[in-house]
Amino acid sequence: MNMQTIAMPAPTGSAKKPQNVQKEDAMWLQKELINQNYLELATARENRRKVSATFVPGNLNELLMCFDFARSLPETNALQNGMRKKSGKMIMDAERDGQSEDVCTYVKADLGMMMGGEIGPTGAPMPRPDVLLLSYTGCFTFMKWFELIRHKYGCETVMLHVPYQGEGRIAPNMRDYVVKQLKETVIPALERISGVKFDIDRLRQYLRESVKAEEDLVRVLQSAKNRPSPIDGYFGAVYYIGPIFTAFRGTPQATQYYATLRAEIDERVRLGKGPVTPDGDMGEEKYRLIVEGPPNWTSFRDFWKMFYDEGAVVVSSTYAKVGGLYDFGFRHDPERPLESLAEYCLGCYTNLNLPSRVDMICKYIDEYQADGLLINSIKSCNSFSAGQLLILREVEKRTGKPAAFIETDLVDPRYFSAANVKNRLESYFQMVKQKRTYGHAAPAPVIPIHAH
Amino acid sequence: MMSKPLPEVTRIVQRCEALFEDLDFEAVKQWKAAEPGRKAIGYMPVYVPRELVHAAGYLPVGILGGGDQIEVIQGDAYYQSYICRIPRSTIELGLTGRLDCLDGMLFPSICDVIRNLSGMWQMLFKDKYVRYVDVPQNYQDEVGGVFYQQEMQHIRDDLGRMRGTPITDAELNASIAVYNDNRQAIRELYAYRAAKPWQAPTSEVYLLLRAGMVLPVEQHTQLVRDYLAAAEQVSRPKRDNARVVINGSFCEQPPLALIKSIEMAGCYVVDDDFLLVTRWLLDDVPADGNPLLELSKAFLHRSASTAAKYDATREEKGVFLMKQVKTRGAEGVIFAAPSFCDPALLERPMLQDVLSQHGIPHTAFKYAENTGQMAPVREQAGTFADSIKLWNAA
Repeated sequence: MNMQTIAMPAPTGSAKKPQNVQKEDAMWLQKELINQNYLELATARENRRKVSATFVPGNLNELLMCFDFARSLPETNALQNGMRKKSGKMIMDAERDGQSEDVCTYVKADLGMMMGGEIGPTGAPMPRPDVLLLSYTGCFTFMKWFELIRHKYGCETVMLHVPYQGEGRIAPNMRDYVVKQLKETVIPALERISGVKFDIDRLRQYLRESVKAEEDLVRVLQSAKNRPSPIDGYFGAVYYIGPIFTAFRGTPQATQYYATLRAEIDERVRLGKGPVTPDGDMGEEKYRLIVEGPPNWTSFRDFWKMFYDEGAVVVSSTYAKVGGLYDFGFRHDPERPLESLAEYCLGCYTNLNLPSRVDMICKYIDEYQADGLLINSIKSCNSFSAGQLLILREVEKRTGKPAAFIETDLVDPRYFSAANVKNRLESYFQMVKQKRTYGHAAPAPVIPIHAH
Repeated sequence: MMSKPLPEVTRIVQRCEALFEDLDFEAVKQWKAAEPGRKAIGYMPVYVPRELVHAAGYLPVGILGGGDQIEVIQGDAYYQSYICRIPRSTIELGLTGRLDCLDGMLFPSICDVIRNLSGMWQMLFKDKYVRYVDVPQNYQDEVGGVFYQQEMQHIRDDLGRMRGTPITDAELNASIAVYNDNRQAIRELYAYRAAKPWQAPTSEVYLLLRAGMVLPVEQHTQLVRDYLAAAEQVSRPKRDNARVVINGSFCEQPPLALIKSIEMAGCYVVDDDFLLVTRWLLDDVPADGNPLLELSKAFLHRSASTAAKYDATREEKGVFLMKQVKTRGAEGVIFAAPSFCDPALLERPMLQDVLSQHGIPHTAFKYAENTGQMAPVREQAGTFADSIKLWNAA
């Protein structure tokens, strides 16, 4: 096993701390890791490294590291562009180039970014991938996305078809199918493209690192069972999941990051502190919520503020499980490396059927003693969104807790209407309060608002 | 005075239209009532191996939403405004009891919306058999093929349990033969329409295909052959229309009026992707071997192409569409996709690019299954036809 060949970013201090934004130390470290990965991508060509792109759900980072690829995550690129207010133009450029206004804005932001000279979110070059590993997990749009990139830029695509858990479980033949693809199509293709021979012991070593990070991540996410919760399991969690869901799972940096984060959070629990928000420590915890659906990225901080200003903390979210369901016990297993990668892909949140998603949310409401469910329905993402109104009804019926529904988008600023979202949230918090005080609430606002 | 009898072709089309308009699925109910123990299994677009259902002695029933004939009330409460219409009208059909005659539903892997609808069906209709049908995106026999055979075996076992006895290979092979015959008849129908589109308008061909969604396959095959014979008996005027292929309508169906509008605007539709289940397997499946193996090989190596199916290489993109254009002698392509249809709308720019590279004219619009206003469609299709017939010739 040659650890010398592993691409490890060294801290550069690139994540500068603006005076007016409060973050935990681990959040700054996370930002630095993400920036480092962009630097690696920018310098990949001069360092004669091949570049891969793959998606967050079913992200086979450990496998890609076995072939020394610099690793790009297109959804992360899009969301980073969204947070930096760059995605709106990219989306409109892609629409002018023939993409429909109806389809996923991650795809359009990515296409727009490439059309705009292949410059990444940090302003550094974003080289054209040598391989698109199409880990087709939980989202049909992924398939078209990489076909589009391939069609325009000629990048080779390698398909990994991950069957859907239609029956709410992983059947042995599903796992076998994924393993067989890894052995017979994916690994040979990655060997050919990278020129690096596959070493299963190297993979095992990465998976050993993954397990350590996974243990710590679960501890951090489950710390929200405390009162007050020391973390926000949605807005804060998107920082926490960054390294493990992207290019760092399996690296010692990730292990170190999650150990640091865990120590920080343990300390907050010991001190009885709530989450750190961009405006500093959150005040009194008034509402404990579960959130289903991805966040809006273009107005991320404004969106979060609408919660913490009202004393609402998200104690758990389904989005924080989109790149792996570790809190229900899954760990990568170095003794069964390929089987374990297959089970990881098969178990990602959007690969679960609707009844399983309802079960999971109900379990969260119970275990995290939440006051209710909020669904942030994303226009771009049918994988999450189709069926959410039934999820809402079912969860309300089963838990007796109030649920509410808002609509935004991932990275299209045209679909975030702050006033509408704020109004809806305020009435929801009122409803939760009413329910808590009188044991019943006004009917849940199930009619979607249209945030145009 | 005795009225003049209707020509046979009109009579056949009227029968198909009645079946098309019957959203209470009376034909299915009648079929079930004719013999005790009969069951019907619904399926959604694009493709399921209907042979499995037929081999169990059951009736496969194509479910294609509510079209423009039902008012969706309950279904709308389950979906956001930015989700296509077919799942909401399908839910409406279910919640209003119109699908009570079905004993199960198969949801093929086509997109995230239909995939999630399978889970909704599990929650809303707990007493019904529901199965998500995952089809392979890996086309190697030993990899995707083995998985697909296992998936088909699962359905075969489920249906065998439902009827009380396992489905035999002989039964499956007999069903493959029956569907081969149906596919052959439909190939003849499509070839006839391409050769003489004025004799077999697409508004009629479409209705014939729709009849195949509710009729037993043997009856449907005969109906198609009767139509072909009857169409030839009536001479209809030939016009100087533009020959077009329609692409993108493989799931949520366009209203019949939309198809008629395209034709009225001066287009002969010479190929399309409506109801692809009838033409998914491109030629006969051997009916004397291991049936699941043969169905799998046919899917992997001899099946149609559509946006829900992965193209393993860049070079394959658009090949199927170009073949439709070339072999049918089409002069242009109309992309007609449902609003919010991710697969069709994401596929479209790639196909448009391929067509442009080959100098094939194309135009595009969106529809919903309940689109009522046809004037814009007529105008756009008419301008497109004019651009082909008049301006290109100049």
